Amino acid sequence: MQKISPSTVKAVRESGAVPNAEFLLEVKDVRKEFSGTVALDDVSFRLRRGTVHALMGENGAGKSTLMKIIAGIYQPDAGEVYLNALPIRLNNPLDALDNGIAMIHQELNLMNHMTVAENIWIRREPKTRIGLIDHAALYKNTSELFAELGIDLDPRDKVGTLSVASRQMVEIAKAVSYESDVLIMDEPTSALTEREVEHLFRIIRTLRERGKGIIYITHKMNELFEIADEVSIFRDGKYIATKFASELTRDEVIRMMVGREISQMFPKVPAEIGNVVLSVQNLCLAGVFEDVSFDLHSGEILGIAGLVGAGRSNIAETIFGVTPATAGTIEVDGKVVKVASPAIAMECGMAFLTEDRKESGCFLLLDIQQNMQIAALRNNYLQRGFVDQKRLSRDCELMGQSLRVKTPDMDEKILNLSGGNQQKVLIGRWLLTKPRILILDEPTRGIDVGAKAEIHRMISTLAAEGVAVIMISSELPEILGMSDRILTVRQGRVAGILDRAEADQVKIMELAAQ
Amino acid sequence: MTSTDTTVVPHKRVAKRKFQSEMSMAVVLVGIALVFEVLGWIFVGTSFLANQQRLSIIILQVSVIGILAVGVTHVIITGGIDLASGSVVGLSAMVAASLAQSSIDTRALYPALTDLFPIWPLLAGLVVGILAGWISGFLIAKTGIPPFIATLGMMVCARGVAKWYTLGQPISLLTPEFTWFGKSFLVLGFPVPLPVLIFLGVAALSHIALSYTRYGKYTYAIGSNPQAARVSGIDIGAHLIKVYAVAGLLSGLAGVVTAARAGSAQPVMGTAYELDAIAAAVIGGTSLAGGSGRIPGTLIGTIILGVITSGFTFLKIGSYYQEIIKGAIIVFAVVIDQYRRSRKTRV
Repeated sequence: MQKISPSTVKAVRESGAVPNAEFLLEVKDVRKEFSGTVALDDVSFRLRRGTVHALMGENGAGKSTLMKIIAGIYQPDAGEVYLNALPIRLNNPLDALDNGIAMIHQELNLMNHMTVAENIWIRREPKTRIGLIDHAALYKNTSELFAELGIDLDPRDKVGTLSVASRQMVEIAKAVSYESDVLIMDEPTSALTEREVEHLFRIIRTLRERGKGIIYITHKMNELFEIADEVSIFRDGKYIATKFASELTRDEVIRMMVGREISQMFPKVPAEIGNVVLSVQNLCLAGVFEDVSFDLHSGEILGIAGLVGAGRSNIAETIFGVTPATAGTIEVDGKVVKVASPAIAMECGMAFLTEDRKESGCFLLLDIQQNMQIAALRNNYLQRGFVDQKRLSRDCELMGQSLRVKTPDMDEKILNLSGGNQQKVLIGRWLLTKPRILILDEPTRGIDVGAKAEIHRMISTLAAEGVAVIMISSELPEILGMSDRILTVRQGRVAGILDRAEADQVKIMELAAQ
Repeated sequence: MTSTDTTVVPHKRVAKRKFQSEMSMAVVLVGIALVFEVLGWIFVGTSFLANQQRLSIIILQVSVIGILAVGVTHVIITGGIDLASGSVVGLSAMVAASLAQSSIDTRALYPALTDLFPIWPLLAGLVVGILAGWISGFLIAKTGIPPFIATLGMMVCARGVAKWYTLGQPISLLTPEFTWFGKSFLVLGFPVPLPVLIFLGVAALSHIALSYTRYGKYTYAIGSNPQAARVSGIDIGAHLIKVYAVAGLLSGLAGVVTAARAGSAQPVMGTAYELDAIAAAVIGGTSLAGGSGRIPGTLIGTIILGVITSGFTFLKIGSYYQEIIKGAIIVFAVVIDQYRRSRKTRV
């Protein structure tokens, strides 16, 4: 079949003579292989005009590959893509943009040193008569765009100074500025607070009303029912089903995604709560948080809830010595410790799984073995100056197996693992240090349902073995399902501590927001 | 732990993958040598390779660069760079030579310190190197300035100190005991220069340090992701100081060897050596982005540089052309390496 070149489609679009096909976008029998592994196996997918279409599936199910084909990043090995019932061929992401398909990436691709407006209009900057950039028009266009979408940002701010949520708004505005009909959002809420998510959803609804088609990849079940009109489910590179969201239940979705029943999402094991192992008194980090006090008992899981930016991660970083406290005390086993560096925290038996896997967790260039062993090297596994690699490798391998890290080989680069498996490797890194106090910052962010349940089970088991756990999470169901007590942070202060029995979503949100 | 499953898959080290990049570098090395061999028969009428003397000279000529390349490999793995090595060679050569003068020199720099046992000039050269490296490392760790700037400053300063030390005068008439460091020995009937043995010894020790000690594991970790390294309990500042001190130590050693080989020292010794050393490391597969690189690769990269230089001389190509072609080869080697890497990973 003769395919229409992107430039023709662009001309047709600009003439306004675009046929109003029932389906905005149609993907037929698309197949994609990477060096022998089938990533997409004859997958079909249809996006209606003016709908939000959620894609669900475990990591590795093929959602991202499909999206990258639609966005022109990959070219399919077989199959057709139709836009407005016209067959199209996209050779690169710019082709896709010119055709009205915009992707908002999970990792935001913005230039931090440039302003919001410059980022949005890059390579399409309004010019003055003599060919210089017309900054006045640039900022005016941006303000108009923001007004239309209900975004409250200064176009002159540098992107680097914005929060993750604001940057995402910029990305969305950029996509809309291309007059895109199809918007692809890959886990847009993974770094947002509840309130920011609401704002995002408002914008998505505005876009839907304007007839755009939105493809929405998510791992979060509650979002699915809140925002999506239709749901397509993928598993192992195969298309499973497309349903209206209103006709589905949570359990059905999970069953279709994993192909098996997940008995319980939050398998909390009753643990014996022991002595206070960590006591934080009036902890301060000037300008970030102040007067934070709480006790942590062995065997206890203390959930920390709150909006992003409230200081949850900062508190954890200070307890672990990444950013030492400016005032207040930290007591471990009743003894005051001046935690001035992570090394000191580790000597006290602490371990800290950071929030951002890529930024401060993984050594992306190194293999699984090297990633897992690095913390344990500190005070163990040395023999006359040399690393006892045999014993260390054996322990890492055992740890990998008990955490069910899916990999053919410990020499595999961690870069090639899925998010869930990377997280398991990082958890393994800390468990090898045999911690008594485990601090987990967003332990299941961006992880598929199966791996999530496994990590939850592991956290429960550790607590049952007497490890004291602090778990920071933006997902309230996770906090409520796992914690013995829940500490809520609001604007750098402890807003309240609730017991498991009395806590519910409403109470936590009341404490967090106000 | 969570599981009672104690079956362990027998531990396997995948040596094959580890040596893959070195193997491809070795192929490049052999390829370059064969090109010279063929060109040699066509234009000169003799063999390039079947000349034992030439082969030993190749390695001798690059042994000083090789010692520096090993040091800079440590630094580049941490994500840094060392521009000071060439200048430190000059400074260390001067300081070592000033303590290695023979009493027959009536105008010796330190008349009271002539005919010293050669351990003293050697130690002095090494201490100078460590000190220079330590200062660079300290500045990088404590002030947070980029390694490029810290070592650029050290490069200019060390050269200045080397010139100031004798007000620009060379130091000559060194004791035979000291120039022994630059001599050759018969091993199984072959003359083996001591500088070559020092280079190979340094490479072997470095390889062990980088692969089998905590020092090495931390070095790779810092280069791969400093933030993650810090959270994993590594004191990045202290470790960087160590790494730059090691690189400085090797520069100092290279300076001693240079002075011993020449039998004298001049303040301009080692000029631009740092660039050859960086080129050798990079040709050998060390990524300037940090986190990757291995000593066997640097070893091969150094020899490639030596073969190219020697081959040009052998073909009687003028030194101007030599430099032009050498520059192109360095860039080309890295382009090939990048291409090979990018093909291995998905888009």
